[in-house]
Amino acid sequence: MAHHDWLGLKQELPRRRRLLLTVLSFVIPLAVWSVVSYVPWIWHPLIHVTDPGSVDYFSTDMDIPRATFYQEEAKAKAAGLALPKGYRVNPVYFPAPHAVARAFYTAFKTPPRLQDEPWLHQSLGHSIRTIFLGFIFSSLIGVPLGILCGTYRFFAKLQEPFVEFFRYLPAPAFGALCVAVLGIEDAPKIAVIVIGTFFQQVLIIANSVRKVDPSLIEAAQTLGASKWKLVSHVVIPASITDIYTDMRILLGWAWTYLIVAEVVGTMSGITLFINQQARYRNFDNVYAAIAMIGIIGLSTDMTLAWLGGILFPWKRKARAAKRTQPLFPLFDKPKKLVLPPKFQPSPTPPTEGHLNVAS
Amino acid sequence: MSPVELKLPGYREQSPEVAARFERIRQRPVTLRVSELKKSFGSNGKTNVVFDRVSLDIYRREFACVVGASGCGKSTLARIVAGLDDASGGEVLLDGKSVAGPGPDRGMVFQGYTLFPWLTVKRNIMFGLKMHGNDDNTAESEARQWLDMVGLSKFEDLYPHELSGGMKQRVAIARALANNPRILLMDEPFAALDALTRCKMQSYLLQIWKKVDVTILFITHDLEEAAYLADRIVVMGVNPGGVKEVIENPVPRPRDSTQFLSPEFLALKARLDELIHGPADAPEDKLPVIKLTEAGDEVE
Repeated sequence: MAHHDWLGLKQELPRRRRLLLTVLSFVIPLAVWSVVSYVPWIWHPLIHVTDPGSVDYFSTDMDIPRATFYQEEAKAKAAGLALPKGYRVNPVYFPAPHAVARAFYTAFKTPPRLQDEPWLHQSLGHSIRTIFLGFIFSSLIGVPLGILCGTYRFFAKLQEPFVEFFRYLPAPAFGALCVAVLGIEDAPKIAVIVIGTFFQQVLIIANSVRKVDPSLIEAAQTLGASKWKLVSHVVIPASITDIYTDMRILLGWAWTYLIVAEVVGTMSGITLFINQQARYRNFDNVYAAIAMIGIIGLSTDMTLAWLGGILFPWKRKARAAKRTQPLFPLFDKPKKLVLPPKFQPSPTPPTEGHLNVAS
Repeated sequence: MSPVELKLPGYREQSPEVAARFERIRQRPVTLRVSELKKSFGSNGKTNVVFDRVSLDIYRREFACVVGASGCGKSTLARIVAGLDDASGGEVLLDGKSVAGPGPDRGMVFQGYTLFPWLTVKRNIMFGLKMHGNDDNTAESEARQWLDMVGLSKFEDLYPHELSGGMKQRVAIARALANNPRILLMDEPFAALDALTRCKMQSYLLQIWKKVDVTILFITHDLEEAAYLADRIVVMGVNPGGVKEVIENPVPRPRDSTQFLSPEFLALKARLDELIHGPADAPEDKLPVIKLTEAGDEVE
């Protein structure tokens, strides 16, 4: 495989290597985490006390900074008193991979401490609902407006300068306002997500629509399409795949607004869960919950990418592969066009007779 | 001067058959009349005239080619006829009626294929038919006939990106013709194809034209292509822009590639060359002699 360089500039890697690198991209950070967690002489800045010995302010199951522990140990030794015992640990906010992995399961099984607190799955459900509603409300207006702005200069000039200004206003800044107007339940949270998404959405989609090849529009005009049909039959289908990709990216942004949105009014959803688990110092649950957001986001995006391949079969080849390289080549089975030999382009003219010309 | 003086007939000399054919063409009604057309671009008070006083009559079922050096506005002319660009003056008449704006009566084939990538080959051809309110079944059966005509029936369910350049252009021709246009405007349709495919496409085009009642206005910068395809060749000049000469092609039909060396063909080509590139050995074609490296043997 001499011609396949691992670091070939702009060169496509073979499937096997792509798969290997994809796995490695997760394995390497995991390995670093494991090393720091399990190799006792790396970091582990605290000593977990198993036996306080003669040190009066030590107690069992207490975490003491190493320097302090060794100091007290030396003092006890000098005085000939009972030595404190313990082993090196990492801080409680840095749980080991196995603890977090276990938390993925136990977090769902742990009943809430208080009666009215939600279970993890309820928190997650609540968050997903908030995101979903915020994104839908934003898209209901944002997508059509983006298409209008991308198609007609009139709407672009009428809307975009204001949208351009508004998108610099940070969505969380509207939190207090949203609560004042919409109350403390879900409505202000959804509103924050809408504010965070909508303005970007209009601009990005308008931009995608503007990129439609003008010669396609001209071709359609010479075929008799006019006005609204040009929009519905040419502009929208020509930009729909780009709009779809935009929506996938925007949905990712909506997730980043979620955490901010959920502290608006009464804290709710996954943010509430994370905050409470942090307060109870169940940091393994905190990590599990954060990782869950990543997993939900990634799997949503992968599902949408896969769905895109089904919805837009003309994008399956070439262009789609280049622009939105799928994260997992595993799901990217090469969709090769297999033509039986008889369907290969025929080199001979398709008509009977030859080179006769009208006279 | 070349050492061997070729004895060519004049490009105006026509055999009796060719002369009779042109006589018949002139009897036909005028499909496209371009009268006193002018195109100029204005920027900052300075106007740049691309061409002026372009007048042409294209007869029904005639195959007319427009040739010219780049910048002469030959593509602009086609785009104005198609209604995609506005003229600065003058008029375009189709069957005696003035036209403005694009319409399905003037089909267009572009150099860049412009097939709709989201539609299959068949649906691309159905596009215009459906724009005119045909229902799916009518449009589909009509589209199938055109697919047969261009020999692509077996590829009807493929998407454009799965086709070769030549096949794409055949679909584009079928798509334009399916609309039953009065005139087919072709703007350097084969310029992006490789030489072999281009030859093949030219012969396909002649075959299609033979079977379809359509007038063709074909824009090209390839003089051989023009000489091979056209009945009449409109030569456009640059500075001043406009029609330099309209030449009746003396090469008899039916045409095939063996005629590329016939005296008529060579005479026509020589004349086109002269009109477009000026007399041979023009001083501006010669580069100044500057040596920047140690050149070895003199290259002849």
